[in-house]
Amino acid sequence: MKKHVVVIGGGVAGLEVAGQLSHSGIEVSLIEKESKTGGHLNNWYKLFPDRRKSSEVKEYLDRLSQNQGISLLTNTTIEGFHRNRNKFLITTNKGKELNADAVIVATGFDLFKSARKEEYGYGIYDNVITSADLEEKFRREEIVLVNGSVPETIGIIHCVGSRDEKVGNFYCSKLCCVTAVKQAIEIREQLPESKVFCFYMDMRMGGAFYEELYREAQEKWGVNFIRGKVSEASETIDDKLTIKVEDTLAGRPLKMKLDMLVLMAGMEMSDGGKKIAGIGGLRTGENRFFAATDNHTSSNKSNIEGVFYAGTCTAPMNITETISHARSAVLEVIDFLKDGKS
Amino acid sequence: MKLEGKKAIWSEYQKEIADDKFFYVRSCIRQNFFPGSEVAFLRIMRDVLKKDVYEHPCHTTCSGIGYHGDVVPVETAMTVVARQFALMTEAGYSNYIPSCITSFGLYTEILDTWHHFPEVEEKVRKQLKKATGREFEKPKNLAHASDVIYKFRKEIAAKAKYKLINKNTGEPLKVVDHIGCHYAKMFPSKGVGGAEYPYVLAGMIEEWGGQIIDYPERRHCCGFGFRQYLVQANRGFSVACSKEKFESMKPFKPDMIITNCPGCPMFLDRWQYVINEMEGKRYGQNGEGIPVFTYEEVAGLVLGYDPWDLGLQMHQTDCEPVLDKIGIEYSPEDKYNLEVIPSHTKNHNLINV
Repeated sequence: MKKHVVVIGGGVAGLEVAGQLSHSGIEVSLIEKESKTGGHLNNWYKLFPDRRKSSEVKEYLDRLSQNQGISLLTNTTIEGFHRNRNKFLITTNKGKELNADAVIVATGFDLFKSARKEEYGYGIYDNVITSADLEEKFRREEIVLVNGSVPETIGIIHCVGSRDEKVGNFYCSKLCCVTAVKQAIEIREQLPESKVFCFYMDMRMGGAFYEELYREAQEKWGVNFIRGKVSEASETIDDKLTIKVEDTLAGRPLKMKLDMLVLMAGMEMSDGGKKIAGIGGLRTGENRFFAATDNHTSSNKSNIEGVFYAGTCTAPMNITETISHARSAVLEVIDFLKDGKS
Repeated sequence: MKLEGKKAIWSEYQKEIADDKFFYVRSCIRQNFFPGSEVAFLRIMRDVLKKDVYEHPCHTTCSGIGYHGDVVPVETAMTVVARQFALMTEAGYSNYIPSCITSFGLYTEILDTWHHFPEVEEKVRKQLKKATGREFEKPKNLAHASDVIYKFRKEIAAKAKYKLINKNTGEPLKVVDHIGCHYAKMFPSKGVGGAEYPYVLAGMIEEWGGQIIDYPERRHCCGFGFRQYLVQANRGFSVACSKEKFESMKPFKPDMIITNCPGCPMFLDRWQYVINEMEGKRYGQNGEGIPVFTYEEVAGLVLGYDPWDLGLQMHQTDCEPVLDKIGIEYSPEDKYNLEVIPSHTKNHNLINV
């Protein structure tokens, strides 16, 4: 009899594990809370560092997961999570009961709700937007202000909701710096007359080809990088924005007028993940993401035997790392299904 | 600007404010700066809202001005505050309302410190007992006096004689609200509306017919800043701070400024005179200054109190432009007439009348 695995979350990690498990002959139920799979990938225009279209990665994941062995349940959430000897009983919001031999949690992340950084005025000042909002503008190839005019001066604030004790997030979201660099280049590509200023605490360009992209942004695209945290944003009578920031390299305070302000929202444990942690008794860490049993040697294993993690539900990761992490989760599950031990 | 965004934030920062039986403590300095404001508060609370408000004659400074000026150690400030709480306890009250913003900030900070470090509270209790023989209960409810007026803003509106509306145009008066730094910047959850977009004064203005202005330097210091002003050599910074604000609000053509702190109305009012003397510059309309009020003064005006009973003749920037816009009746010749004794002070002992 075929083994059955429930995968919770149909983003990058969920699609990867579902596809790989199915190719290994395991029956998969893939649960997705939205009406379609893909997660945040659907909202992104191009990916760093090579700026390929995000739709290409989505196409790969769709091809991988288009398999008869996968039962896709969209608009579905988990309401019950019980372990009975060697089986898991998962109950959905639609009343469906799923018996599984193992469970992979791939609930991903939520973008930090930028309105919580009240001083930046997201949701209050018209032309304060997030990195996700900007991706939407890129997709439409229409970077315009609320009044329809084209912005000339654009500011990008790094670390919004990351490395920030005030909002309770001590950790680095890891991808916002390179996202800011990518988006700054894309703004300059689409609006060659514009000026772009990035306000950062540290430039954390730790991935392959990130540093090269950072250099390109400065040398080829003339993006200005100012080391300093923006303290506040306000709206002027002519609907422009003013920001206050300390330029910590020049050692002086700075006040600047902008047309548009882009907030690099960090990553947080998803609401869906929090719910499953609660009903399933799954341990979370200080950063509120799921806590693996061993960060070095068992980053896919949960505190419950037979429940595994894949992707950004455990920590901020880029797509490359997410896919690798998902594949290692698949290996763990296959190993577990052989002898019933994690 | 999207008002819905602000409303969402305001809805998150609401605090419990007691309904009656208040222990009121005055500010050390407000009676010198704007002598009618605290009296107006008591008149409104007792005569209009029929609330029980008690003042203790033995109340002293909270020492917050010294604490924030770096001349009073925190433990000393805590013991002084513990004594104020003892006075409240002895009088049989538990709802504490300071008139001063810095006092409110200090009380909030001390209660929070005692919450996290109970051993510090215990030490202060012993010090107070040893020094004065007094014991105390902590307030069940701590609110700034402006919180209380905010709470009863609708009741005041219902009894108002005037609205904050330009009688000639029918338009709402444009009002700049300036919140004292120690109100919510240290503890955003303790202020109505939080620290970034405080609602405590905006709520009053909306209710009384005016329109709040959001201008870029809204959060900027008024210019008091304790060590900016208390150290004489730094006073240039103080004027510069106020000027920064005036320059920023001027394009929005404000009719008036409302404040809830002892220092803010003082500096926003006086420095307009100084800047005019130094640079010949005025920030109001028609070559006038921008009148600056305390929230008690504004509440008193809408209730129809005589402007000179409220002490508005003590303002350095003339208040008449606003009085005329609203259509408030007043006697220009009595502005500085010391023979006219305000009716509400006759036969009254101001403490616990």
